Amino acid sequence: MSEIMDKLQYYFAYPFVRYALIVGLLIALCSSLLGVTLVLKRFSFIGDGLSHVAFGAMAVSTVLSVTLKKMSGGESAFGKFLEDTNGMAIILPITLLSAVLLLRTGQNTKIKGDAAVAMISVGALALGYMLINLFPASSNVAGDVCSTLFGSTSILTLTKGEVWLCAILAVVVLAVFIIFYNRIFSVTFDENFAKASGVKADGYNLIIAVITALIIVLAMTLVGSLLISALIIFPALSAMRLFKSFKSVIICSAVISVLCAGVGIIVSILCSTPVGSTIVSADIIVFGIFSLTAALTRRN
Amino acid sequence: MGKQIECKNCTLGYEGVAVTEDINFTVSSGDYLCILGENGSGKSTLIKALLGLRPVMNGNIEWVESKQGEIGYLPQQTVVQRDFPASVREIVLSGCLGKGSFRPFYSKEDKELADKTMTELGIKDLEKRCYRELSGGQQQRVLLARALCAAGKILLLDEPVTGLDPKAQNDLYELIAKLNKQGITIIMVSHDIHAAVRYASHVLHIGSKKQLFFGTKDKYVNSKLGQSFILSEEAEDNE
Repeated sequence: MSEIMDKLQYYFAYPFVRYALIVGLLIALCSSLLGVTLVLKRFSFIGDGLSHVAFGAMAVSTVLSVTLKKMSGGESAFGKFLEDTNGMAIILPITLLSAVLLLRTGQNTKIKGDAAVAMISVGALALGYMLINLFPASSNVAGDVCSTLFGSTSILTLTKGEVWLCAILAVVVLAVFIIFYNRIFSVTFDENFAKASGVKADGYNLIIAVITALIIVLAMTLVGSLLISALIIFPALSAMRLFKSFKSVIICSAVISVLCAGVGIIVSILCSTPVGSTIVSADIIVFGIFSLTAALTRRN
Repeated sequence: MGKQIECKNCTLGYEGVAVTEDINFTVSSGDYLCILGENGSGKSTLIKALLGLRPVMNGNIEWVESKQGEIGYLPQQTVVQRDFPASVREIVLSGCLGKGSFRPFYSKEDKELADKTMTELGIKDLEKRCYRELSGGQQQRVLLARALCAAGKILLLDEPVTGLDPKAQNDLYELIAKLNKQGITIIMVSHDIHAAVRYASHVLHIGSKKQLFFGTKDKYVNSKLGQSFILSEEAEDNE
């Protein structure tokens, strides 16, 4: 036991490990709050879709910064800016736009919600992969793709600025969620009634879409774009097994998500497993336990 | 008996295609109006127009002694709601949201109103229960309570008894009739001609393309249209 503590102490002496833990917990908290609404609105897959869009956008920004640098001989200010900010200047607006389009046109379009998500998702993935292959930024294309999809190392290379950005965004998400909590409930439970009784449902759907996109872009650094869906849906689904009111489901889902992220990050440090998949494994185990408990209590 | 809603020469439709034309009717306070019509006759479009969710294509709907938005709405159940984790109290309270200026949380008055409505509809003892575990009839009572919290003068019910067993249907109709006796105006969209004849004070019958009848229930029962509709429904029931 003391050996484990020593090892943890050794690792937590490094600032980048502490940053990783802080950012991980914040993202887990935000994604679980929103997850409940998304799962209930039948948008579980939006995390997947948007994260692939973000992947495509990341490919565009990588290619752009490399090309700009080559063309200007390393002098391009925009190219350098893109590199410094991990391409956020391109990823964030594209993902936001897709989120708004997907969530707003969910009900009344010719292409229905699930099909639209699937279309955008695989489309962005394919185009992104194509771009990375056509204009490789480094010699190790497969490694690049793997790390964007599964987020293997980027969480350990966070700078102090990124940690602050993440903290501020998390506070904003939390504040918006608490202030609009009752309206989000109403819009999720019954959009038609909400509209009829004078709640501006479209506005709240827009807010939900924007927050979703923000969280997904943030979470990409943590678990990579493939595993974001897991962060969004697992805590919500686990909580729904056992709890019966909206408030208790939200609180339980947040607690599960933060605990799993914490445990996942620590285990991944101790056993040197990939961070993202360790967190998701913890989420899966909790889901299993909760389902089992629900099945047992129902029988009695 | 003041007029509350007056619908004059309304054309209803969506995306530029008219579904029904020349809809004329009035609703006065204390009325129990039943809107009959086959599928596709524009009943749901009419509901959306009354709620102000979709503009009428022609003509206009006038609000006399009430304002648009003062209608408590009982929508048809959606798939999302069937496995929704929410307590009865949370759902009933959410009816209070549309009112007044923006406040992030429920006020004391909101909570009192919700308590009072739940007691009135006999669901106070269910308040902590989970919505998805209730029976169909209980779920409709919860949604009715929510509608009453949103507006206390007019209720608009969209096929409220769909999917309920006969006893629950009967209970719900009796409850609605009781609310009507207390002075709440009821507008009910329904397939159920027998309930319309039994409970309603007025009937609006929409056919495809145009309005077939509007008037008091007694006139409807004696009209040719009413007779044939009742008979055809009975024939179906006997089969």
